[in-house]
Parts: sequence; C-alpha cells; structure tokens
Amino acid sequence: MRTLRFLLQKEFRQILRSKSLLFSIILGPIIQLTLLPLAANFEVKKIAVAVVDHDHSTYSRKLIDKIYASKYFSNGRYRESYKEGAKLVEQNNADIVLEIPHNFEVNMVRDGHEELFIAVNAINGTKAGVGSGYLGAIIADFNQNIRLQWDQPGHFAEAASIDLVNENWYNPFMNYFLYMVPGLMVSLLTGIGAFSASLNIVKEKEIGTIEQINVTPVKKYDFILAKLIPYWVLSMFVFTIGMIISRVAYNIVPVGNISLLYGFLSVYLLTLLGAGLLISTYSDTQQQAVSLAFFFVLVFNMISGVFTPIDSMPGWGQVLSYISPMSHFAAVMRMVVLKGSTFHDILPHFVAIIILAVIFNTWAILNYRKTT
Amino acid sequence: MSAITLDNITKTYNKGTVLAVDKATFEVAEGETFGLIGPDGAGKTSIFRVLTTLLLAESGNATVAGFDVVKEYAKIRDCIGYMPGRFSLYQDLTVEENLNFFATIFNTSIKENYDLIKDIYVQIEPFKDRRAGKLSGGMKQKLALCCALIHKPRVLFLDEPTTGVDAVSRVEFWDMLKRLKHQGISILVSTPYMDEAALCDKIALIEGGKILSIASPADTVKKYPGKLFAVKSANMHKLLQDLRSYEGTYSCFTFGDAMHLSFKQDADADVSKLTAYLTAKGQTNLEIAEITAGIEDYFIRITEKLNG
Repeated sequence: MRTLRFLLQKEFRQILRSKSLLFSIILGPIIQLTLLPLAANFEVKKIAVAVVDHDHSTYSRKLIDKIYASKYFSNGRYRESYKEGAKLVEQNNADIVLEIPHNFEVNMVRDGHEELFIAVNAINGTKAGVGSGYLGAIIADFNQNIRLQWDQPGHFAEAASIDLVNENWYNPFMNYFLYMVPGLMVSLLTGIGAFSASLNIVKEKEIGTIEQINVTPVKKYDFILAKLIPYWVLSMFVFTIGMIISRVAYNIVPVGNISLLYGFLSVYLLTLLGAGLLISTYSDTQQQAVSLAFFFVLVFNMISGVFTPIDSMPGWGQVLSYISPMSHFAAVMRMVVLKGSTFHDILPHFVAIIILAVIFNTWAILNYRKTT
Repeated sequence: MSAITLDNITKTYNKGTVLAVDKATFEVAEGETFGLIGPDGAGKTSIFRVLTTLLLAESGNATVAGFDVVKEYAKIRDCIGYMPGRFSLYQDLTVEENLNFFATIFNTSIKENYDLIKDIYVQIEPFKDRRAGKLSGGMKQKLALCCALIHKPRVLFLDEPTTGVDAVSRVEFWDMLKRLKHQGISILVSTPYMDEAALCDKIALIEGGKILSIASPADTVKKYPGKLFAVKSANMHKLLQDLRSYEGTYSCFTFGDAMHLSFKQDADADVSKLTAYLTAKGQTNLEIAEITAGIEDYFIRITEKLNG
C-alpha cells in the first residue's frame, strides 16, 4: 500500500504537470461537448432545389411556392432547361433538380394524372435520401389538396386516405440533443480512456524508465494499479463535468437513477483501461500505441450504436457490436437517461461489461508479465 | 563472498541466431571496481541485463550479492543500484522529486543515506527544482548516479556511465567512483574508453560476447607479447603504408599522433634497420622510440588474433 501511494503521487504529479495531457482529457471534452452536438446534427436543412418549370402555370406556381415555404428547402434557382439545372448540381450549387413538364396543369386537369421528374445529387447519401423524401411528401400533399378541391361535396373520394397519428415515446418532442448528447459523452469518455491508458505504460518503455523501475522491489500489480487509478479518477471527473454541461446547456435531466450511471461507468472504465493497457503491452513506442488505440476507438465508435442503429447492421456487425464495450455503455446511457431504466433492465449489459473487463485485464496482465 | 559471480553465462537473441554473450565467466570481489571493457556490441549491456535480473540467460549460473539471478531475483532487486546506459529517470519530475521517488520505493529517505550521495548531490543541489529533462548531460549522469545510490546498494551496476559526457565530467565521475569504493560498494562498470579502464581494480576485455582477458590493468598490459614502438615522421599517411609493407612488421596502427608498430619477432625489432628502410622510402623527420603497451594496444593485439 505504501509503495502504491508513492507511485500514485508520482503519476498524478506527472499528469498535472503535462499541459497537453490535461487539455486533451479535461478541457478538450468540455469544448467538444458544448460544440459537437450543434455540429453533429442529423437533421437535414437547407436543401437547395433547382426548379426547371416548363409549364409556367398556376398549378406549377402553387407547387413551387409550397416547396419553398418549407423550412427544409432553401430558395433555389429557376432554370430554363434540365441541362442548366444539372449544371447547378455539378457545381454543387443545388442538391435536387425538379423538372415540371410542359402542359403540367392541362394534363393534370384533363387526364387527372401527370408525372414530375426529380434528380438528386447522391454524393451526400443522407441529404439525398432525406431531401427526396421531404420533396415526395410535399408533392403528395399537393396532390391530395388538388383532389380535395375537385371532389364534389357529398361525393366520396375515389381513394380513401389513411391518416397516421404518431407519438414519440421517451423523447416526445424528438429533441435531438436528448438523444445525441449522452451518445457523444460515451464517445468522448471512450476516447479519453483508451488513449490515455494505452499511452502511459508504453511511455515508460520508450523513455527507458521502466528498466529503472523493474530493478526496484516495486511489485507489478502496484505499478499497473498506479497507472490505471489516475485515469479512472479523471474519467469519472470528466463524466461529472459532462453531466453538468448536459444539464446546463441542453437541459437534459436523466429520467433514471444517476448512481446507476456511475456504477456502470466505474466498471466500463475498468474494461476500457484494461483494453488500453493491453495495447500498451503490445507496443514498444507511443506511436505504435496511438495507432492501435486509434484503430480500435474508431471501430468501437462505428459499431457502438451511437451514430447508427445496431439493428440495421449486418449479422457480423451486431456480433462485433456486442463484444465492443462501448456499445453496452451507449445503450445503458440512453436507457437510463431517456427511459429511466432500472438496474434490472440494464443487467444484461452489466454482465457483459464485467465479463469484458475480466477478459481485457487478465489478458493485459498476462501479456505484461511475458514481455518483462 | 564475491559480489558478483558469472559461470558460463550464454545469451542469444533472435531465437539463437545472434550470440550476444558466449560462456562468460568472471568474478567480482567484494568492494572491487570491476571494468568491462569492449567496443559497442561486444555484449556488455547483455551481461548487465542478466545480472540486474532484467534478462534471462540461456545457460549458465550467476549470482549477485550471493543471490541467484533467477531464483532469488527479488532479493537482488533490494540490494543493487543500476544505472542504464541511456538516461532513464523521469524527465518531467524535478531533480529532487526523482531522488525522493527512488528513495521512497526502496523504503528509505534522502536523509537516511545522505552521506553516501553528499559529494555528488551538492553539485546538482542548486538545480534541485529543475526538471530532470532540462539538465545538461553531465548533470543527468550525476543525478542518475545519486538515484542508483540512494538506497545504499551493495552492488552498483554502471552501464557506460560516461558515454556522451564531456572529458571534464568524465574525470569527475571517476573520482566519485573512487570515493564510493571507499564506502565498500562493489562496482561493475562498463566502458568503451580504454583510458578509463586503467582506473579499475580489475578489467575484463570483451569482444564478440567472449571474455578475452581478466586481470588488473597493470597485469593486462604486461601480457603484451614482444616490443612496441611509436614511430613518427613528416608524412604520416605514407608512413602507415610503408610500415605495413615492411617485412618484419606484425601490425601497425595509427594511435593519436604516432604509429604503434609491433614486430613478428623480437629479432626484427632493429631500429637502425628500420630507419634505413624508411629513409630509403623517402621518409624524413623520423622519430622511433620503444614504448610500453597500453590496454588499447593489448586489446587490438588480442582481437586481431581472434579475427584471424
């Protein structure tokens, strides 16, 4: 215990003395958490529509007004031909080209049906998908209105329409921050934990101080514990700051029990620091460790479910997601913050994370023994 | 009891393809300063790492302070001080914090063993609040020595302590070692500098992982076979070629500002005959004098034999 105390004293001294380290593990996350949610927004706005109106009729005019009245579409430009419209897309000045054919109104009234043409710039898949969806909805709505106008009172509509009323559970107003901020916090904590833990032992290896330590009576478990505890404490601290920011800046109050979050986090950090340590034991230089940690953190993030739903991943992706510690923390975080899940609800994740913690740490300690 | 014993220690790297230490056997008596002399890559550091329990040897036995390096490694770690060739203290901690840290992990304090490091520490004490990484090379060596000594080790391992240190600091450093010897600490020191070898009680010459000679510095140079001459002339470059092509020459090397020349047989060591030969070759301002061989001369002589 006495040795551990001195080792910890030394570690904290080194951490507090390194300005870049303090910045990246404390100030960095604060800045990221205040800025990133504003930037990492899935809502698609300001879709630029170029209109090629060959008809110039009342109907075409009405349709165009309806589109531009929507907050999702920014005022586009009118072009005389499809070719010119397509040119705007090429120059990246338009996302969608809408072509209204000649005699749009005439055909509509006479035949009761007409076709429109939409060309979408699909370089940004999300924007293209969402944009054409919005546009389709607006056109369908326009269509519906015209039909209603034509229908005589007392006359049943030819196609009965079904209206859907939906309610968003756990996030009734579809508040984007409520969904994204907890997810980003998971992502940030994972980054900090994995990078700092993977760097710290390899740093002693690279500078050569580990040689000096190895010839002293310092026990290995003391040495490893002294390496892990400071980052565990710091991560807890960063999490607390994150909770305060999400309360103050985004007005997010967890529905569930906060102590449940801390309880889960404390085990999650053990897993993460164990994984970092494992990387550390396999690397000889800090550069190697950073490259490895970067690879894993990126994969963890992609399959975590923070940014894309796990259910829509292929089978192997879901398996990967299950053995990646980050997805469990992301799930628990959202369950507790949004839904108010209890210990019983998150028990499967708890069991999984404990198993992962044991695996990573045992592996790391065994491998550390082998290399020295 | 001996401070260190090595019995047929062999160490290979890369699955046995690189032989680093080849059946090394030697003994360091209690209180002795023992020098391991050899060029880079001779196997000095491997021997240090085996003795400091950082590396397992393939075969052979070794003891430090009476403890076996494999079975009783924990006991060895309590009673040795190790200063690796590369500066390996915490660069982001200050001089005092480094010293304090190494004292505390050995369950002691600076105060307790201050006597031992006093002579060295007073020189770096004015900089005790400076980060170790910001010290000059000589200062770093002194701090590293302090840290290796702070727990009053019985055996001190110094792996090339003066490599990369200026000439004045080197002399100072060896003065410090001399004082430590009076405290009864056994020292194993390695160096590629032959002039430092003369300052040890006993030296082992090592090359290609093999120990070639073990004796006191004085006895080592006495082992030099035959006579040795120093030759100078106005045209030193041509002199080397001329001497090497002389029929009686065994070997000839540039050595400082002179050529060190040895003969195949003592009968060949005829100065007047050599002078006549060199004058015929057009050499002027000739100076030929018999000298006593140094450790380096002997080292070159025996490694030459080794390499055929």
